[in-house]
Amino acid sequence: MNTVWALANVVVLEMVRRKDFYVLFILTVLLTGTAGSVNLFNDRSIVRYLKEICLLLIWVSGLVIAITCTARQIPAEREHRTIFPLLAKPVTRAQFLLGKFLGCWLATGLALALFYLFFGLVSASREHSWPVANYLQAGWLHWMMLGIVIAFTLLGSIVFAAPSSNGTICFVCSAGMLLLGRHLNKVALSLAEPLQSLLYGLYFVLPHLELFDVRDLIIHNWELIPWGVVALATLYAAAYAAFFLFAAWLIFRRRALN
Amino acid sequence: MPPALPIALALAIALAAGGRLLLWQQAGVQDTGSVFALLLGESRRAFADQVFLKADAYFHQGYYPSVFDLALPDGKTHMAKETEGHDHDDHSHTPSEREYRDWLERFGSHFYPAEHRHMEKFGDAREILPWLRLSAELDPHRVDTYTVAAYWLRERLNKVNDAEAFLRDGLRANPGSYEILFELGRLYAENNRDVPRARAVLELAIEKWLRQEAGKPNPDELAYGHILAQLAALEERTGNLPQAINHFTRLKRVSPAPDTVQKRIEELQTKLSRP
Repeated sequence: MNTVWALANVVVLEMVRRKDFYVLFILTVLLTGTAGSVNLFNDRSIVRYLKEICLLLIWVSGLVIAITCTARQIPAEREHRTIFPLLAKPVTRAQFLLGKFLGCWLATGLALALFYLFFGLVSASREHSWPVANYLQAGWLHWMMLGIVIAFTLLGSIVFAAPSSNGTICFVCSAGMLLLGRHLNKVALSLAEPLQSLLYGLYFVLPHLELFDVRDLIIHNWELIPWGVVALATLYAAAYAAFFLFAAWLIFRRRALN
Repeated sequence: MPPALPIALALAIALAAGGRLLLWQQAGVQDTGSVFALLLGESRRAFADQVFLKADAYFHQGYYPSVFDLALPDGKTHMAKETEGHDHDDHSHTPSEREYRDWLERFGSHFYPAEHRHMEKFGDAREILPWLRLSAELDPHRVDTYTVAAYWLRERLNKVNDAEAFLRDGLRANPGSYEILFELGRLYAENNRDVPRARAVLELAIEKWLRQEAGKPNPDELAYGHILAQLAALEERTGNLPQAINHFTRLKRVSPAPDTVQKRIEELQTKLSRP
């Protein structure tokens, strides 16, 4: 486990040094600030549109950080040839993959914590309330969802040759699931057999990233999600992340490194 | 991602947009909606419709059927129906009434608003306004946007001046709109108590309606009835009973309840015949 932690620590430090997060965070702050400065019928207490814009930017930034950082991990190690001395040490390929996953996931979690802190400040400045438990649930579920995306991207970085193609494919798949995942069953029911069964089967098999998107609940100040449901969603995310990591390991363990 | 990339991209977009804006300014175009026309072209109308629906979704606290769930049969949003005085509790979809197609859908319903609620019950109606403002910016010729926003500003948020200013913006973009004139007349009659102005605006609304709708095979009689009823009530309030009777008589021809209108006419005639 120490090896995995050490690898993860390197990834986190690398992400802290890179400018990606800072650029995205500043863009989010600037765009949210611009949207907040608009005068809407002389009413300064209107806040939900601002929450919506801020959360959308956080979600886009979260995906960008998770996918771009993960997609370059293994190709960069190969390109700089640092993977050879690394795996020559007593580090197994499974540990290497786990370390990379954990590092990307932790770094994304740190970024999310800052983003949600900013969101909380924006929201509190107008609503004068601080529903910490709701924000914790939203941030936690968001982080769990990014865990699936990171594991999927790690698998992609072994399957696809270039980080750019992997990144694009992961973006398209993630965005597709977020936008359409909830409706696949309805679309399936409108189709004729055997397409109906095929699509309905896919609906159950594919990871439903949209389950973790609770932005509407946060924007419109809905009640807390039952903690048992959050725990089940966490298990759901863990199962998919584990599946993708296992698949990545299965391919990576026999893959030539050069 | 190199940090210079997004900055360069933002700079390129800003320069391109700035150049287009300069050309637009030099061309002397004064319509504020044209900024969106320049950037989005005719597609801005589709965006305006989506933004208007967004306001309706806000009215329902985020609970809103997607395109996959259902299409509204009469093409009107719940929020617009509310301004016409009906939508309260004529539809309720509490989770217990909903039929989930599978366990995943049932589980997923915990993560998005899955219960029908109206925003105004929680005093948050102001939250729909940004989307209505944006919808009007995107498509200044969407009359519904002005009337719906003015209703909420005037009736629920007590922002009469803002409602009037917004309706005047709408009227500048749609000079022939009897719907906006009616809403403006209502504002003068009910909120400002400015009878001469209300009368002038409502009579202008009737004139516009007659010019646009009277010749049509299926004219918008509901709007005509609303204008006449408002005008008749205004005349009655100011003691101008013959004129009120005149408006009620016209209203009777298009009203879905002519007997009730007739009763009202008779009441006024009795009042008028008294010394």
